[in-house]
Amino acid sequence: MTGERPIGEDDLQAFVDDRLAPARLEAVKAYLAARPVMAAQVECEIEQRRALRERLAFKAEEPIPSRLRIANLVAARRRRSLVRPATVAAAMAWLAIGAVLGAAGGAWWSSGRQGQTIASAADSAIAAHRIYVSERLHPVEVPGDQEAHLVQWLSRRVGRPLVAPNLGAQGYRLIGGRLLPDSGQAAALFMYENEGGNRLTLYARAGGGAEQTSFRFETEGDVSAFSWIDNGLSYVVSARTERAQLLPIAEAIYRQFEATGDPAKSRL
Amino acid sequence: MTLDEIASLLEPQIPALRRYAWALLRDDQTADDLVQDTLERAISRWNQRRLDGDLRAWLFAIQRNLFLSSLRHRRSRGVHLGEDALDDVPAPDGGPEIRADLHDVLTGLDALSEEQRSVLLLVGVEDLSYEQAAQVLDIPLGTVMSRLSRARARLREFMENGRSAVLRRVK
Repeated sequence: MTGERPIGEDDLQAFVDDRLAPARLEAVKAYLAARPVMAAQVECEIEQRRALRERLAFKAEEPIPSRLRIANLVAARRRRSLVRPATVAAAMAWLAIGAVLGAAGGAWWSSGRQGQTIASAADSAIAAHRIYVSERLHPVEVPGDQEAHLVQWLSRRVGRPLVAPNLGAQGYRLIGGRLLPDSGQAAALFMYENEGGNRLTLYARAGGGAEQTSFRFETEGDVSAFSWIDNGLSYVVSARTERAQLLPIAEAIYRQFEATGDPAKSRL
Repeated sequence: MTLDEIASLLEPQIPALRRYAWALLRDDQTADDLVQDTLERAISRWNQRRLDGDLRAWLFAIQRNLFLSSLRHRRSRGVHLGEDALDDVPAPDGGPEIRADLHDVLTGLDALSEEQRSVLLLVGVEDLSYEQAAQVLDIPLGTVMSRLSRARARLREFMENGRSAVLRRVK
């Protein structure tokens, strides 16, 4: 028995947990031996501690569910992180495009119909995508080799200066574009194709006012689309692909426009 | 650090994290959701953990904090849970649910506040040291000891009162 410090509640708790050093253990035992009521309470607490452990033991003995395996969690996280930061970058990419267009087209900002929702733009864009992408003979009205003419024509009809982003590094080349009717206004559709024959479309129409929306993703069947509004234009990029495949394209465009940040140097 | 190394450190902790989560939530699915959130956060903050820190305490702290924020979230939506549930426990001759469960120590656990429940589980079941428990609960060591003392006394009193209530009914 050390007898140096009086016995306290910390000693009693450590006694319940069986964590006392041998010398202190003896001191507590002697202390309790002289106090039968307290000793009975401590005994009861020891018993309840044991009962609680026993009652909960089954959970720790169960096999670990596969969804909690670290490898699976990391894999799931990689899949998501592929999407999340890229979405932000892609959103910035498209905003960058809008900034380029907007800065060049300031005079037109106040004209055109306002208040078109981004959702209806996406619906129209996806519908147009479905119809024209599968078209073999006449997917476009004006072919990509007349890009300057195409862009000028569509810009005039839509009422905003447009550009056809260069997606060569992503394996997509501009195959052309067409004019579309959409809720009584003109909309532009640029179409791109890669070597595998996969096509994506970039849709643009006036609407949404001067507001700026965040990037929005949706799927309709097997078609994925990113849409947003910036500086009076609604944009939708659509492709028959997974979100994760569409995003690197958006990211690449972001980098491309970041590099040509000065609107004066843009291809408009 | 490779994925295998992280897994070899984290996975041995999973059974205990699942047990603590289940003791707090009493639902297999929700408990594993909490563990999954805990592990995901641990992985995403792996590089932010203190290298000299205690991994076990770090993980339990993450899990408890996630549990508390989900509790706050639920409470803010109008469902009252936890804290001083003893006040809400029916009188000894009260509802049928308590009569049926009186011999189950988990019923007694429910009678404790979350703070008391957690200290009881972390120390008494998960075998965390008092220092580790202080770290998880973010309180001084002395507070761990007094809270543990109060929690055990309260559990004992609740279980004793419950038993006597059962005896009274039998008579």
